[in-house]
Amino acid sequence: MSVTESSPDAVRLKGQVIGEQTVAGTPRNGPKVDRWYKPKSVLGKVILWIALIVFALLFMYPFVWLLAASLKPRGQVFDNSLIPRTWVPENYVEVWDQLPLVSWMFNSLSIALLAALAVAISSSVVAFGFAYFKFPARNLLFGLVLATMMLPGAVTMIPQYLIWKELGLIGTWVPLWGANLFGSAFYIFLQRQFFLGLPRELFEAARIDGCSYWGLFRRIAMPLSIPSFIIVFVFEFQASWNNLQASLIYLNAGSVEGFTAPLGIAYAMTKYSPTAGGHGDYQYVMVASLIITLPMLLIFAFGQRYFIEGVATQGRKG
Amino acid sequence: MRPRRAPKRTYNRREAIAGYLFIAPWVIGFLIFTLGAMVYSLIISFSDYNLAANTSTPVGFANYAQLFEDPKVGLALGNTLVYALMAVPLEIAFALFLAMLLARVGRGAGFFRTVYYLPKMTPTVATASVFLLLLNGNSGAINQGLGLLGIEGPQWLVDPAWVKPSIVLMTLWTVSGTMVIFLAALKSVPRDLYEVASLDGAGPVRKFFSITVPMISSAIFFNVIVLTIGAFQVFDQAYLLFWRDQSNASPESSLFYAVYLFQQAFRQFDFGFAAAMAWLLFMIIMLITFIQMKFGNRFVYYEGDDHT
Repeated sequence: MSVTESSPDAVRLKGQVIGEQTVAGTPRNGPKVDRWYKPKSVLGKVILWIALIVFALLFMYPFVWLLAASLKPRGQVFDNSLIPRTWVPENYVEVWDQLPLVSWMFNSLSIALLAALAVAISSSVVAFGFAYFKFPARNLLFGLVLATMMLPGAVTMIPQYLIWKELGLIGTWVPLWGANLFGSAFYIFLQRQFFLGLPRELFEAARIDGCSYWGLFRRIAMPLSIPSFIIVFVFEFQASWNNLQASLIYLNAGSVEGFTAPLGIAYAMTKYSPTAGGHGDYQYVMVASLIITLPMLLIFAFGQRYFIEGVATQGRKG
Repeated sequence: MRPRRAPKRTYNRREAIAGYLFIAPWVIGFLIFTLGAMVYSLIISFSDYNLAANTSTPVGFANYAQLFEDPKVGLALGNTLVYALMAVPLEIAFALFLAMLLARVGRGAGFFRTVYYLPKMTPTVATASVFLLLLNGNSGAINQGLGLLGIEGPQWLVDPAWVKPSIVLMTLWTVSGTMVIFLAALKSVPRDLYEVASLDGAGPVRKFFSITVPMISSAIFFNVIVLTIGAFQVFDQAYLLFWRDQSNASPESSLFYAVYLFQQAFRQFDFGFAAAMAWLLFMIIMLITFIQMKFGNRFVYYEGDDHT
């Protein structure tokens, strides 16, 4: 038994302070630990920790398995040992000869950057319009923004394809990010929530000093909204990096070098399929899968807080 | 209490114009890529679209009639419905369970949260390329693991009955987005409620059903709706595991609605029929969401006024 737990008053006092903070302010930067939830008995703690560790192992298992498989020789990829019997780190070198990974990564990276930047900037501008200005039909229009979130992508998929075809852009990157220049409902919503939280006096004061409307956005709202801007950016970057269907629609007919990373891996999965072509060189698929996961893990390492907060915000405000 | 209808407002002209200019990108995008596309899609769904010749001939309700004649539409719809009925409750239960574990841990919470969230960061193709082997009926790690427990695992990807559970399993591995929303909701439940309940002698089960569930009901409701809409559009996992190489050798039970729609649109290039399929999907999703809202709202507790 630790000291805090043996003195209920201390716990309570702390609990109240935490409680107030949680209710009054946004709990996102609040205390990591809500003491009240902690199990009191030793048995409870042991069970909790065993459960946490078991699930952590289950969640990590496919990663470890992937790492192991990526280091195995051709015939052993399908073995389940987590330690390769024969180590073949050469896979990591050979994969570049086997698959045009550099092109795929470059394509995906460019598209994801363009997509994320375009949507983060445009959504921010539109969100500021909805947050700061008063104009007729504002609420109706904002309702429309929210309503578009309900629309399944399938409905607009075919006409959008035809629009891009009409513009002669099939096979280029543009269809994979161009529409992002016009903002996206969820991100507009997210950014607007953030702008609404900024004190209005800030803008009024700047107005009195002769700041233009664009200046309000550019010099006050934008710099202050960097955290939510990053959330939008990393969310869209991930979505774009992950986007298989759009690549299938717009890039599948082109050369293999022109594929995005997800489309490339899907292609490699078939090329080295364990079922169709017998025991193919599936270890290259494993290496490639690991490599295209790395950028996301890197972004996550830097922006973990933003990711998890972003998701939580989505739920809280929804 | 505010009056329901706001009093007549006067707008600052300059400010209103500036506001419209700021939202102009969205308005233009909406007119072209949403509203315009929807109208276009509706027109296409009533035509026979020939992509090569770039012509479309009106065919009335023929495409919609075909929805009923094509047995694969019913099959795909049934598969999708069964999948949604399996996936959504399991995802909710599992995500809530994990969130409750994480909510209780003090030291190390960040570590476990990160580990649990990592699968969400993994591109779906990478997940699928691993699960394709993990789910192998003969040599896959999942069946070997089950073997250790004395259970003989099924032929996950081959046996039609186990196709959907395979995808559910993959989905459960990436359930952390849902989990984080639950975690945020759990942390905002006022702690004194539990204290009072404890004084009244309520056990953990009672506390869960009488306090936790009602207090986070809005998060549960939100997640159910979002996950259901997602489940009806499941594509990537089914495509990657079963429909990659258009050999048609995959079990029929893996033909999900979004997969069939995609095949009709971008493999057969039957745009008219695919557009009709899309509108049917839209109507089904709307209907299900409407029913969920209708029933769900009765059980949802919203704290404060600004949530409603």
